[in-house]
Amino acid sequence: MPPTAEFTPLLAPFSPWEPGALPLVVFGAIVLVVMAVILFLSGFLVRRRPTPSKQQPYECGIRPTGPARFRYPVPFFLMAVFFLLFDVETAYIISYAVAWPELGLPGYLRLAVFVIVLGLGLVYAWRKGGLDWDEEEGL
Amino acid sequence: MDMLLGVVVMLVKMAVVLGVALGLAAYMILLERKLLGRFQVRYGPNRVGYFGLLQPLADGLKMLLKEDIIPDGVDRRIFLVAPAVVAGTALAAFAVVPFGDGLTLFGHRVPQVVVDSNVGLLLVLALSSLAVYGLALGAWTSDNKYSLLGGIRGAAQMISYELALGLSLVPVVMHARSLSLSDIVAAQAGLPFALLEPVAFVIFIIGSLAETKRVPFDLPEAENELQAGFHTEYSGMRFALFFVGEYVNMVLLGAVTAIFFLGGWHGPFLPPIVWLALKVLAVPVFLIWTRASLPRLRYDQLMALGWKVLIPLALLNILVTGALLAAGV
Repeated sequence: MPPTAEFTPLLAPFSPWEPGALPLVVFGAIVLVVMAVILFLSGFLVRRRPTPSKQQPYECGIRPTGPARFRYPVPFFLMAVFFLLFDVETAYIISYAVAWPELGLPGYLRLAVFVIVLGLGLVYAWRKGGLDWDEEEGL
Repeated sequence: MDMLLGVVVMLVKMAVVLGVALGLAAYMILLERKLLGRFQVRYGPNRVGYFGLLQPLADGLKMLLKEDIIPDGVDRRIFLVAPAVVAGTALAAFAVVPFGDGLTLFGHRVPQVVVDSNVGLLLVLALSSLAVYGLALGAWTSDNKYSLLGGIRGAAQMISYELALGLSLVPVVMHARSLSLSDIVAAQAGLPFALLEPVAFVIFIIGSLAETKRVPFDLPEAENELQAGFHTEYSGMRFALFFVGEYVNMVLLGAVTAIFFLGGWHGPFLPPIVWLALKVLAVPVFLIWTRASLPRLRYDQLMALGWKVLIPLALLNILVTGALLAAGV
């Protein structure tokens, strides 16, 4: 809406008519409130009647042995490391995807080199066994 | 006055988006039970209300009135909040999902989307990765071995398939030349990207199956080995939040698939909103169908599919699409 004598809009992102920053904040707040109400109700509506056996972790009726915060297999950690590397590079590729018409063929060739190097990295991790899961260990 | 009217319109729009998202998710549960019943040659729920239509209400009420058990070993702060992270991020992502070309109300152009962000696609991806926190933290803090196993499986699976998901969207962005969801739909007025980029579409569908932890990728909650996986220790409304979060996520993926690949509300003969509804619902029905037909993968097969097939394929797809576009075909 163009500014007129009697009405000057606020900064465009903060006008409720624009699908900008203000609706994002309000929508986020509404979702937070809905979640908070549900969480509050679930604790508020029903009285808790704790008994020692009810409070045990469920292990098919067998008394649990030891805490459940044990060490877990290394491949999971490796996955997280690979994910971190590849995710940063995905962000880089997405920025190319928006700008390719301006960059033209030279830009594409540079991206191709980048993607090929990325692919070689994947092949290296693969050859080294970083993507393999030891079936004997059990997961 | 104009300002006040704007606020009212904005709030109504948000109420519609939230109501539709939650309502669809609730009835998706009924639809799933009905369809699974039919696939297994039985009726499914048909006692509560005509055709079982009041079943979601009955379930919700029952969940709300169930005792909310907090086991002894848990870290209370994390345990109590984790389910809301899963459901909340899925709901928040609906802010950027457009559902029409826009209306004109009271002399203003009202876009049919809560937030028409120019980084909408990144917002959807970012919010879906935040959901991993709810799952992993809720599982870890439960102090239950099944939960821990389900949680680390789930976290590893979701981050792995998120890569394939993100990479499969790059060709879409290249065609649309924008990260805004409205622009991506506008770019599909002619041909939906599913036909233009079939490889990306297939990768995206497989990735979204894994992101929603549905069969054949439901290892985080594999009920016959891990009880319920990451939410074993949850009960009452907190369990319901995990559950509803999963279905909101299904609806969200339906909406996002419709917008990225199926052409949004564009289609012949029928009104745009009907087309959008049909496309949004087609994806969850497909997800339910796979649950009735497919067996579960083994964990190493799951990871091999993600890292050794989908990611290289997605990278190759980017190279080919880029070459075709840069060469001006």
